[in-house]
Amino acid sequence: MASRQKSPYPYWFVLPAAVVFVTLFLVPTFASFWFSMTRWDLFEAHFIGWDNYHQFFKEPFLVQGLVNTLIYAVLTSASKSVLGLLLAVLLTSGILWQGFLRSVVFFPVLVSTIGIGITFQALMHPTKGVINIALAYVGIDGPSWLSDPGLALYSVAFIDLWKGVGLATLIYIAGLAAIAPDYYEAARIDGATRVQQFWRVTVPLVRPATVTVITLSLIGGLRSFDIIWATTRGGPGFSSDVLASVIYKQYQAGFYGLATAGNVILFMLIAIIILPLTWWFNRREVDL
Amino acid sequence: MRLIPSAALLAAFSLVAGLAQAQTVLSVTTDGNAETVAAMEALTAAYTAAHPDVTFEIENRPGGADGDNLVKTRLATGEAGDILQYNSGSLFQALKPVENLADLSDIAGQANVIDSFKSVVTASDGTVRGVPFGPAMGGGIYYNKKIDAELGLSVPKTWAEFMANNEKIKAAGKVAVAQTYGDTWSSQLFVLADYYNVQAQVPNFAADYAANKAKYANTPAAMAGFQHLEDVFKAGYLNEDFGVAKFDDGVRMVATGEAAHYPMLTFALGNIKQNFPENLEDVGFMAQPGDDAAKNGLTVWMPAALYIPAASENQEAAKDFLSFVASVEGCNLMIGANGATGPYLIKDCALPADVPGAVADMLPYFQTEGLTAPALEFLSPIKGPALEQFTVEVGSGIRPAAEAAGLYDQDVEKQAKQLGLPNW
Repeated sequence: MASRQKSPYPYWFVLPAAVVFVTLFLVPTFASFWFSMTRWDLFEAHFIGWDNYHQFFKEPFLVQGLVNTLIYAVLTSASKSVLGLLLAVLLTSGILWQGFLRSVVFFPVLVSTIGIGITFQALMHPTKGVINIALAYVGIDGPSWLSDPGLALYSVAFIDLWKGVGLATLIYIAGLAAIAPDYYEAARIDGATRVQQFWRVTVPLVRPATVTVITLSLIGGLRSFDIIWATTRGGPGFSSDVLASVIYKQYQAGFYGLATAGNVILFMLIAIIILPLTWWFNRREVDL
Repeated sequence: MRLIPSAALLAAFSLVAGLAQAQTVLSVTTDGNAETVAAMEALTAAYTAAHPDVTFEIENRPGGADGDNLVKTRLATGEAGDILQYNSGSLFQALKPVENLADLSDIAGQANVIDSFKSVVTASDGTVRGVPFGPAMGGGIYYNKKIDAELGLSVPKTWAEFMANNEKIKAAGKVAVAQTYGDTWSSQLFVLADYYNVQAQVPNFAADYAANKAKYANTPAAMAGFQHLEDVFKAGYLNEDFGVAKFDDGVRMVATGEAAHYPMLTFALGNIKQNFPENLEDVGFMAQPGDDAAKNGLTVWMPAALYIPAASENQEAAKDFLSFVASVEGCNLMIGANGATGPYLIKDCALPADVPGAVADMLPYFQTEGLTAPALEFLSPIKGPALEQFTVEVGSGIRPAAEAAGLYDQDVEKQAKQLGLPNW
């Protein structure tokens, strides 16, 4: 369009929203860049240039935290989209008690994360937990799910999957409802099997839902903190630390400037991963 | 509708009456521990009984690092109320006491406070900013007397004797050492409570450490604490669920004889008293043994203190209350509320004769000069924030002691730089 259509509303209508946006979003964002370059103890801030960034990258467990963050985000995002799609197909197929089963799958989304953390600490207890007691009945000596350094991160990712798959399922159910039944009818007339219908009709046409699920769960996984803090606190030692828990521990220690620098880095990391991903997804959508 | 004017009149009268009495309401913030609340309620109730014009509003804040951040935020914004209960030592120094807390050097109650406590609430300008609240604690090892009696063990004076006892306990099919890494802070005891032994061998350690000269990794005496954690794990002395067990589990294990030893601070006695009163006399307490039986002594944690935020508008009333807390009467009220779990830092405040056995085990250390040393966090402003992660790693066999000590030195360096200390 050559010239923009003139809005019927005067510009000052935007003022209330602009005030909220500037004071609550823009100012803190720029303030955080400033504070990330200071030594800040809440009482006073001294400008120290890039020292906090140097220190943060020197953090001995930062690299492990970064790797853990990526493993965790990819693992939870992939498993939520695969399992979410399968559950959505099952729960739109008209099986018995469909409505009830849908609410059962969604229920964990509604429960407080801290409550889930405490519950799974009990369920995954190495000697008194239900999981290992059940495994003992079939003769398996279950591991220490949350305090084995090689296993803790995966146990937490599993809990995150259990908690979050309901939301992915919900998005997929909405996505499936948007597919016109004509496509399936045409496929059936052509003699396609159920499996072929799934791969050739459902998966391509449910793409908008897949994009939403992957983007949301990847962002959620990259900045994931609450479920990790509620179950392992990044432990044992540093073995399930992710970027967000490393940052939180700097806040706890009173290193406010350093922690803010960590948050700026987390912000950059999410932007670097999500922006190209969104661009790629959107481009593919145009191709379709 | 004749009621309304008379009600308004009544309200006006009561307002005038209230003004005439000049009610002062002091707001108090505490850490919310059961013992803190019990002591604070006893003190405030007694004070209001003697001064009816002063009442209190007690608020409980979260403990641990979340509480630290809350206190700092409130002090920075001038909303910390009139009286603040908070740690002494390095955490006190992080509050910037010169700017944020009132000078209490000259209040009447200071005359009763023992000098060793004053040193841990003294700001950088040499003024005293707090009064002690609660008893001093020892850091060491609880032991189960029944297991000792059954196996014919005696209280060890050296680490080697301690490990020999553990071997006999393990051979008898029992858990020798309870560890509770589910509460990560509890994993630090073998390192922190070893400080008496460190300073017995390296008297200058605290000063050299603060001045960036001495390191854990190159001071064998300081490394010993890390080594102890590794040794008890490797020998298989720990409870099976050490990775997830919590502080309450550790207390239960040593009180009921599920485990023979539990390294902990003496405040755990309050927990035993509350949850396992019938086992109170089954537990004893010993200082953490070192290399030399002749140099056996106790590492001591100073209690929290009460402070007055500089922004408080009721300074005089708050100071008078703090003088009351630091009196012998105040001390006796605290003992009455919680029983005697350790010595109070008030002159002439004697503990009752019938203290529990574990307290009686601890008192002789305090009665002889030189048998106690404050924990390092009361001598130096720097304590690396990740110590509890390193101690969990060493204590679970994830990382060797020497490597963890070196990484801890880096953590300490970070803390010193963030505090902006000279020499770092």
